[in-house]
Amino acid sequence: MLSLIQQVISGIATGGIYASLALALVLVYRAMDVANFAQGEMATFSTFISYSLIEYAHIDFWLAFVITILISFGLGVVIERALIRPFEGAPVLTLLIVTLGLFTAFNGVTGLIWGYVFKSYRGGFPDQPIQFGGLYLNTQDLGVLGVVLVMLLLLYLFFTRTKAGLAMRAASLYPDSSRLLGVRVGWMLALGWGLASAVGAVSGMLVAPIIFLDPNMMQAILLFAFTAAVLGGIESVLGAVVGGVAVGILMALVGTYIPGGQDLRLAFGLIVIVVVLLVRPAGLFGRATVKRV
Amino acid sequence: MALLELSDVHARYGPISALHGVSLGVDEGAIVALLGANGAGKTTTLRAISSTVRKTGEITFDGHDISRRAPEDVARLGIAHVPEGRGTLGQLTVWENLRMGAYVRRGGASKVDYDRVCGYFSWIPARRNQVAATLSGGEQQMLAIARALMMRPRLLLLDEPSLGLAPIVVQEIFKIIRAVNEQDKVTVLVVEQNASIALQAAAHAYVLEVGKVAVSGTSAELQKDEAVRRSYLGY
Repeated sequence: MLSLIQQVISGIATGGIYASLALALVLVYRAMDVANFAQGEMATFSTFISYSLIEYAHIDFWLAFVITILISFGLGVVIERALIRPFEGAPVLTLLIVTLGLFTAFNGVTGLIWGYVFKSYRGGFPDQPIQFGGLYLNTQDLGVLGVVLVMLLLLYLFFTRTKAGLAMRAASLYPDSSRLLGVRVGWMLALGWGLASAVGAVSGMLVAPIIFLDPNMMQAILLFAFTAAVLGGIESVLGAVVGGVAVGILMALVGTYIPGGQDLRLAFGLIVIVVVLLVRPAGLFGRATVKRV
Repeated sequence: MALLELSDVHARYGPISALHGVSLGVDEGAIVALLGANGAGKTTTLRAISSTVRKTGEITFDGHDISRRAPEDVARLGIAHVPEGRGTLGQLTVWENLRMGAYVRRGGASKVDYDRVCGYFSWIPARRNQVAATLSGGEQQMLAIARALMMRPRLLLLDEPSLGLAPIVVQEIFKIIRAVNEQDKVTVLVVEQNASIALQAAAHAYVLEVGKVAVSGTSAELQKDEAVRRSYLGY
């Protein structure tokens, strides 16, 4: 029983990482109805930037963390303006291909700059167990959860309390009406990409201390993030978080209790996606789209 | 000089031409009605002004040529367009709709503007946190006007505010439009199929027929005009 609780707790922490990358996917999806396949590779690229800041510029982790978030935000905005905007109004498939192109481009550039040798990445939290009752909690896991919760709170405040956050929601839901109210809708979409890129960077910097840093590190995580986003409802911020945690727990349990489970985790992700799409396509928190005929 | 002037405006939706040279003027402080049958080009004329349709011709607002500006820049000049279908931000709350109305105002929605708008629509404070899509049609139309007023517009473009509403609600909405015009000195250009109520509120009116101004004059003149009466007023 204790071991089960232990697994659930570590699942929740990993789930927090899936949730933050899922959140990045949701932010882009809400802005322009497209799944950004490059989200994971962009996060990897950001994580390498923080690695360079820490290792070569000798900046403290948390300062590097903040600088990386800002750089990633700018990067997201620039990518939207330069590479996505020209395809405004193009079919979704075209945009998907563009994000696939971005995927390979980011992967290649990251490899070119930093190489393919696995690097160890020391995060912001010590890797120490804390004993709590009969349970062993990891400070690393607790730290991940804390960062994800703070990030969620900030995003919530941004979207509900600030003018820019409200305008972003309005622009993605009602672009035509928003233009009439004076909103520069194109820039709001770019802002969405910037935020997604920043949130993705956080997920990369949280996961790198747990696995090793290499140009392909986010690929499996991207699949779990997609699973989380689909499970929660691809348009729902809350859904991304709940979905991420649920997938995290599920994968921890599969990895522990099913023989060969470690290798089967990706397959389970696929099963979750298929089942959700068949049974409840809108996901747990998504709204079913009703079209008037 | 007129606050808003259109001269020889042509507009098209793809291959289909909707306006064939519309010219009209709206004086500062006036309520002007734009009448006509379905498909005459009333909505397209408003969309030409707010730059949400492709068009040629000259449109000046307060002496500035606005024919080549983007919709958001036209809005920033103080032209509030309440579009066909009211443009309700349905998933957002009433208060969020009003905040979006004040988007172009420095500092966002102010208490002064909110209080002023609630003076016209006394039901708003009690429904502030209600999701806009759950309001009735009449309330959504009022919210659309309220949202436009949060911008403190100089010119208010209204597209068929009476559409789908009970006569008593229509009366109330036009009463408010007149009050807004008198108290806040907002110039109004209103598109209507309901010609009789529009002519009661407006001082001046234009009648569009197949993308052109067919008749224009003061409301009194149009009410007496035999052809207008038969075609649009039904008596």
